[in-house]
Order: sequence, then C-alpha cells, then structure tokens
Amino acid sequence: MLSYFLKRLLGLIPTLLIVMVLVFLFVHMLPGDPARLAAGQDADDQTVQLVRQELGLDKPMPVQFVNYFTRMVHGDLGISIRTRRPVIDVIGERFMPTFWLTLTSMIWSVIFGMVIGMVSAVFRNRWPDQLGMTLAVSGISFPAFALGMVLMQIFSVDLGWLPTVGADTWRNYILPSITLGAGVAAVMARFTRASFVDVIGEDFVRTARAKGLREWVVILKHCLRNALIPVVTMMGLQFGFLLGGSIVVEAVFNWPGVGRLLVDAVNVRDYPVIQALVLMFSLEFILINLVVDVLYGFINPTIRYK
Amino acid sequence: MTQISATAAAPTTGNAVRTPWSEFWRKFKKQKLGMIALAFVLFLIVIAILAPWIAPFDPEGYFDYDMLNSGPSMAHWFGVDSLGRDIFSRVLMGARISLATGFFSVFLGGIVGTTLGLLAGYYEGWWDRVTMRISDVLFAFPGILLALGVVAILGSSMTNVVVAVSVFSVPAFARLVRGNTLVLKHLTYIESAKSIGASDWTILLRHILPGTISSIVVYFTMRVGTSIITAASLSFLGMGAQPPTPEWGAMLNDARADMVNAPHEALFPSLAIFLTVLAFNLLGDALRDALDPRIDRR
Repeated sequence: MLSYFLKRLLGLIPTLLIVMVLVFLFVHMLPGDPARLAAGQDADDQTVQLVRQELGLDKPMPVQFVNYFTRMVHGDLGISIRTRRPVIDVIGERFMPTFWLTLTSMIWSVIFGMVIGMVSAVFRNRWPDQLGMTLAVSGISFPAFALGMVLMQIFSVDLGWLPTVGADTWRNYILPSITLGAGVAAVMARFTRASFVDVIGEDFVRTARAKGLREWVVILKHCLRNALIPVVTMMGLQFGFLLGGSIVVEAVFNWPGVGRLLVDAVNVRDYPVIQALVLMFSLEFILINLVVDVLYGFINPTIRYK
Repeated sequence: MTQISATAAAPTTGNAVRTPWSEFWRKFKKQKLGMIALAFVLFLIVIAILAPWIAPFDPEGYFDYDMLNSGPSMAHWFGVDSLGRDIFSRVLMGARISLATGFFSVFLGGIVGTTLGLLAGYYEGWWDRVTMRISDVLFAFPGILLALGVVAILGSSMTNVVVAVSVFSVPAFARLVRGNTLVLKHLTYIESAKSIGASDWTILLRHILPGTISSIVVYFTMRVGTSIITAASLSFLGMGAQPPTPEWGAMLNDARADMVNAPHEALFPSLAIFLTVLAFNLLGDALRDALDPRIDRR
C-alpha cells in the first residue's frame, strides 16, 4: 500500500510542473504589458520601468520561471493590484467558507446520489427507477445559478425560513449547499445506477443469490464494493465540478468565498490574485485526485500490484 | 458502424436489407423520450433560425415604458422586463445565441480533440503520452474555471465564450477517440488496408474515423447541453454576452434585481435553458442506447 501511495505521489510531479508552467505563462498571455498592468493605467513610462525591474519582468523567461517557482514555494504569491494587500492574506480569509460549502455539498450529494442510483438499479425499469432517473436527468439539465435563484426566492423571500446572503451560521449553508450539490448528486445517481446494473448482471451475484443469501446482503455486501470502483473515480471528477460550480453559486448567494473572489479579480484584471487562485484550484484538484487514487487502491486490491 | 457512407444508397423500408442506419433508426424510434427530445431539438433549431422574423417585438430595441416589469399578458406572452423589453422576443432570440454557442463550441472542441485523439491512438509513443497527460489534467478540471481563465486572457465577448467553452471539450473528445482508435487499429480490415499500401492519412480518415463516428455523435449531443450551461453561466457572471444581448444567462443576471416583484423575468429564461439542455441530454441518452451502449453516462 505504501509503495503504491509513493508511486502515485511521484506521478504527480509532471502534472504539477505542467500546471506551474501554465499558471506562470498565464500572466504573459494576458493582453498588454504585465508591468503596465501592475503599475496601473496612469503610470508614466519611468514607473512602469521600475515596476518591471521590481517584478523581475526584465529578466529572461527561464530565470523568471525559476524566480516565480522559488517565490511560490516560500508562499509569496505577490500583491493584489486592487487591494494592495498580500494575495495570500486575501485568499486566506476567503478560503474557509468555500471549503465548508464544497465539503457539505460533496457529502450530501454523494450519499444522496449513490442511494438514488442503487435504488434505481435494484428496481430497474420500475417506478422508483423512473422517478430517480427523471430527477437525475433534470438535475444535470438545470443550471446551478437558476436553481439557486429559485430556491432563494421560495425559501428565503417567500417563506422567510432561511437567510439570503452571508455565511455566518449553519442555516446560511443550506441553500448554497443544495444548489451546488444538486448537479453532483444527479451525476452520481446516473453513474451509480449504470455501474450497479453492470455488477448485478455478473455471475458472482447469481452465485450469491443461489446460495440463498438475503437480497439486501447480496446488494450491500457483494454488489456495492464492486460497483463502487468506477463510482469513486467519478467522485474525484465531480470534485472538480464542485470547485467550478462554487464560482457560480457564490455569485448567486453573495458568498464570501474564493469563487466570488475569482470573478471579482477577473472583472478588474487583478492578475496576481487570478494567478494564485488558478494555482490553488489546480493544487486542490490534484490533491483530490491523489486521494481518489489511494481510495481506489484501497477498494480494489488488484490495482495496487500493477 | 463502419460503412456510414453506404447509408444514403441503401433502402430503409422493409426487412430485406439491414443497414447500420436502419438498425439505428429501429432502435432509436422505440425510445419515446428520445423521439420527443429529437422533436424538441428540431423545433429549437427552427426557432433559432427564424427568431428575427417570428419575434413579435424587437428584442433589443423595443421599449414599452408603460409596462415596466409587468407579468405575462396577451400582448407580451412572457411579460416585460425592467427596461420595458418583451421577454418572449428576447427568449426566442436567446435560443439562437445559446444554440449557436453550444454547437460551435462543441464543434470546435470536437475537431481539435478528435484530431489529437486519432493521432495519439494511432501513433502512440511520446506524442500519445504528452497529449494524454495534458488531457488528464484538463479533463476533470472545472470547465468554468478554464473558461474564466480564457476570458481573462481574451476579454469578455460571445466569440471568446465559444473559444473558452470549446477548450474544455477538447480533452474529452481526445480521450474518447484515442480509446476507440487503439481498439480499431488492431482490427483485420485496418491491417488489410495497410497491406495494400494505404497511407496513414487514408487509414486514419477513411477507415478509423468512420468507426469512431457513433461515439462522437453521442458525446457531441451530450456535450452541447453542458456547453450551453457553461456559456450561460459565464454570461450570468457578466463574462460572456454583454447587455443588451438577449442571452439567457445574461437575462437571468438582469432579472436578479427584480426577483421580488417580477419573478417571471427569471422564470422564462430559466425554463428555456432547462428545457433546451434537458432535450439535448435526453437525446444524447437515446442516441447512446441506440448507437453505443458502452459510452459512460455523463
């Protein structure tokens, strides 16, 4: 298990490098001169020149990359153009609300989606299946921002049960979390159903039934573990979806998280913040994939020895 | 699956001749939901084409200042927005924008992705490893984040949204086509094509590509729905269509300020996006069941 884990860890290095290079190049792909962008629109040529030297933008590209790399490793992400504060502080205070929102959404949607998928597969082509799959296909077709607006209108404005904006209490989390998780729950339900339907048709399931095992033992003990393998991979992919979804959902609920920070930063072209956020999102994403890989090896022992 | 070109000449009536096309149609038309979805998609395409002529009012230039924020009525079926514009006309025009964005972005991403996938699957080696490594990184990377990055670089406009959204279709197509190519290239008919001296180019385009078409069609259809949502999300965030363009996501963004007294302004664009994407997803499901049961359910 340990060697498998280490192997996966080493496998991340090329991915990390690609991401670092892309994020580094990002600033150079922006239209216009990054030095001028950093100095501000009204700056004269001399100031721009000074800023260029200060940021090291006058050096050759490879040197710049090494400098950039060293700074990143030391946690120096630059200074926000808009707020003139260190980027790491700006992101720091926005990180936790997004983290909790993503986590709560992931937990409920995975449980809910897997249960719907299992029930649908067990009652294949009967009414629970039809109901579950109707819900699921609607879930992947309804855009998160529209769902968020509808939920807010009904539960916050009309009924007054839940707060509309802010992230202070657990009650604030309910609507954004439902909005963000709905799409994931729908995808998980469809995927779990497909995977379960495959497994239920296998010979070992027939054997288990032939032995006279109870149906729920067959489903939970024999099918679930095998059906989980592709589902866990899917879960990892869905985390990426949640990270993206949080950007939209945070805009709807005026959530004080990193998603909204990113939108604001793109709007005012605060490129050090954009750069740092893209890097952060990528790292998060890579880390989650590592966790998924490890989980995968845990569930499916054959993969560890390949 | 491989002789798509034979379909035009083959008779589709009677049981005498079974072509891939008639087989597909036989399986497809059994699926009621798929047929409804197909009809709805065709209906949307007609609306998108005819929108400027069938819209009762000018979607951008008509203002009725006496009816600001008024609900649905005989004159204005979907009501009037906060600037006095007719929402029905704007939703119709929005169909044109959303369908065009969806189609073109997936088309662009599909072409690039398919090319990369064909080359990676056929030649393998270092090219394959590099393409797939990048695809893996991009594949599950949040599409909207990627799109935001592209918009940050290129600036916000509808053309840039198409480019931005197409970028995240590339790795999906590349992986799909590569997988198919890897299987197909070991089949006997490819071997025989090689042995009679067909060039790599001919083999790729005339013998392998047709074999991957059915998966591509299914994926294309499903991807259009996702792309429409992503494009609408970008406009909703203010990074896509700019006012006064009647894009559905942008209309929803406008509607936020009047949610309390005029919820119909949000209702109709939401319904439009939902039904359109639903139709593409259901059509994709039905196509998959009729063409290629192996493709995964996303």
